[in-house]
Amino acid sequence: MARKLNLRIWRGDATDGGLKDVQVEVNEGEVVLDVIHRVQATQMGDLAVRWNCKAGKCGSCSMEINGKPRLACMTQVASFDEDETITVTPLRAFPIIKDLVTDVSFNYKKSMEIPAYEHPKDLAPGEARMEQVDVERSQEFRKCIECFLCQDVCHVIRDHEENKKSFAGPRFFIRIAELDMHPLDMLKNRKRTAQEEHGLGMCNITKCCTEVCPEHIKITDNAIIPMKERVVDIKYDPARMFAGILKRDKRN
Amino acid sequence: MTLQRHKYDVLVIGAGGAGLRAAVEAREAGLSVAIICKSLFGKAHTVMAEGGAAASMGNVNDNDSWKVHFRDTMRGGKFLNHFRMAELHAKEAPDRIWELETWGALFDRTKEGKISQRNFGGHEYPRLAHVGDRTGLEIIRTMQQKIVQLQQKDGREFGDMEAKIKVFAECTITEILRENGKIAGAYGYWRETGEEILFEAPAVVIATGGVGKTFKITSNSWEGTGDGHALALKAGANLVDMEFLQFHPTGMVWPPSVRGILVTESVRGEGGILTNSEGERFMFKYIPDVFKDKYADNEAEADRWYVDQDNNRRPPELLPRDEVARAINTEVKAGRGTEHGGVYLDVSKRIPAEVIKKRLPSMWHQFYELAGVDITKEAMEVGPTCHYVMGGVEVEPDTAAAVGVPGLYAAGEVAGGMHGSNRLGGNSLTDLLVFGRRAGAGAAQYVKSAGANPVSDATIKAAADRIEAPFSRAGGENSYSLHAELQEVTHNLVGIIRTRAEIEEAITKIADIRARSKNVAVAGGRKFNPGFHLAFDLDNMLLVAESTAKSALLREESRGGHTREDFPGMNPDWRQINQIASFDGDKVTIKSQTLPVIPKELFDLFDVHELEKYMTPVEIAKGGTN
Repeated sequence: MARKLNLRIWRGDATDGGLKDVQVEVNEGEVVLDVIHRVQATQMGDLAVRWNCKAGKCGSCSMEINGKPRLACMTQVASFDEDETITVTPLRAFPIIKDLVTDVSFNYKKSMEIPAYEHPKDLAPGEARMEQVDVERSQEFRKCIECFLCQDVCHVIRDHEENKKSFAGPRFFIRIAELDMHPLDMLKNRKRTAQEEHGLGMCNITKCCTEVCPEHIKITDNAIIPMKERVVDIKYDPARMFAGILKRDKRN
Repeated sequence: MTLQRHKYDVLVIGAGGAGLRAAVEAREAGLSVAIICKSLFGKAHTVMAEGGAAASMGNVNDNDSWKVHFRDTMRGGKFLNHFRMAELHAKEAPDRIWELETWGALFDRTKEGKISQRNFGGHEYPRLAHVGDRTGLEIIRTMQQKIVQLQQKDGREFGDMEAKIKVFAECTITEILRENGKIAGAYGYWRETGEEILFEAPAVVIATGGVGKTFKITSNSWEGTGDGHALALKAGANLVDMEFLQFHPTGMVWPPSVRGILVTESVRGEGGILTNSEGERFMFKYIPDVFKDKYADNEAEADRWYVDQDNNRRPPELLPRDEVARAINTEVKAGRGTEHGGVYLDVSKRIPAEVIKKRLPSMWHQFYELAGVDITKEAMEVGPTCHYVMGGVEVEPDTAAAVGVPGLYAAGEVAGGMHGSNRLGGNSLTDLLVFGRRAGAGAAQYVKSAGANPVSDATIKAAADRIEAPFSRAGGENSYSLHAELQEVTHNLVGIIRTRAEIEEAITKIADIRARSKNVAVAGGRKFNPGFHLAFDLDNMLLVAESTAKSALLREESRGGHTREDFPGMNPDWRQINQIASFDGDKVTIKSQTLPVIPKELFDLFDVHELEKYMTPVEIAKGGTN
């Protein structure tokens, strides 16, 4: 049954903008992205919104719906009360380009800073043997669809633009964890560089990222906390500390 | 507005599996590469591939080999495939999969720790390397990260990570440019700003994927607008066999807003069965003669196959996709469909809930969150959805060079020939890798011998004028409405089942929409304006639809992804014919071209009695070429 929905959409660009109210038809089973498309096709031909697959697999239609970071293609209109106004706004942690589209290039820059996978030199193609249970640890993180909702919700950068330089964010902590737990990766010290170069220490495990992840990846429990614990083990290992003192003595 | 200019050795249009694999190959050959993606990097339609990548590694059944894979591919395509492409694909697929592992990919494993392989329609042995039901995501992410690895290496060498390979995200190409009959570059605009951009490059690889958005019900994302098909046509290349479209048998049918979204074939590979509203497992009625030796005609044998594949024939749910799609279509038309016009696909009675959630996690989510259906407890409702185009740019198999246009290459879904009249599931992901690599190598080879081919000012001006045009019109047609109209026409008149009268009507209507599309007006400015973007996508879709309809009208037989109600059977004479579409700047024309004769060593891989079902007595007597 078609009915009318009150939709409030943020429209504008980096210089100026605000919320616009529209009434739009909504049908049974529709998601928020469906009604945004209807507005686009019938009322606002130039309304900017990113989307690709409309099936929760590509992570393009990230936005804030009633203030919560979500995928518009996986948010059922029926999950709100019938008389409720649905408000859609762009991701707050990133600069606005236009309407619901933000500049997410921060994430692509960060991805280029994470050292790539390093395959064992003597292991020829086809020779790898791995246990299912061992690949599953990294596979959990490789489910990531790069919707960047975890980056958007993370208060370390959401509320502090100045932290962006030194903080890679939850998406890239799971990337580091994935490589760290990869059964074959040869690069050493991933945990240590996570702490020293990518800002792992700034995370104070409020688990907001885990909460918004549409793939239900346990970002905090399975990636961030285990890495933090190991960093502590490495940094404050008494044997290593003692060795470190000796090394420093030698240099002096 | 100042025009941005860039110079590269190789320009890759499209950042899905084929484009990224081509880019890696060209960069590793020492060249500079620009990668153009219409959306953000890593969102290409490859992420939607679910089931797996077919490669005869023989990890699960060591009877498998490239020869068996080649045979299955040719059968699936009803012998209309370019034999050389099917041969290269079958031979090279395992190396391409193993190579991904050296780049960090993590496929599911067998008990011995090798890459696990699963069953799929039309494949004789378990052959699909997979990661749950998100194999495409694994493949695109692995290659995306491989690109980053190459950039980091360049960073160490040149002090700039983007010195030799750069991704241009959210950038649309409107024209491939030629000078003196050879490729010179491409022209387009940034989606974000609407500003124009010129690439000068002696070689262009088209890897833009498919055309699904031409149709109303499709599993494709918005990007599947046939851009590469149309760009190639306009640049003087040919499209081969555009009448062949794959309707995947199982798309979601309810709720309406998700109609068409893919339900992976793995559901059937893992044991899912199809039933109609009368509870009948109907696929047993639809086994065609050519497949009678390979598929079980009774439930008992079909069920035994899951535990003993050597002594039983396969369940008919695993027939090639064209057969299953037609069967479902027939059942629904005969009034044995479900409430929402599909059939039932049920995996809940055969596999424990926890195994379903582990092997088909994204299917579980998709149905639970979008349709409110728990597939571990109840059946799914499914029906055919436009999924893949077998037709595409005519290429030289070994180099992926587009026939007739020096410097132009095409790989992946946008290229034609490899899959014949119907693609087997799982063959697409390895097609991307095998021919993506070959296109990158072919382009690199070409660039090393070709001189610079600068773009003239006149060419630039013509391309710029074309982009400006829709803004200068007032009160014209709305691109959204025209797109919806086109989708109705293709869906109703050149869909799964076709007739002469309907196709003729479609051709007239497409021409009418095309005439009106010349008057599309765009509201708003250039900055991230989807109405403006659609105006260009629409132009591409119209050329694709015209090619498809005109080819479909001429092919008077039914084969694979082309079913003519007025010509129901396969015709061995038509098996020898490729239909070649070309564009004269005004309209698409189709000419027929004879398929190359299969060489004797490939001919001899088949039982001659099987070939008799497809080939003419003259061809059989000839027995292939020497």
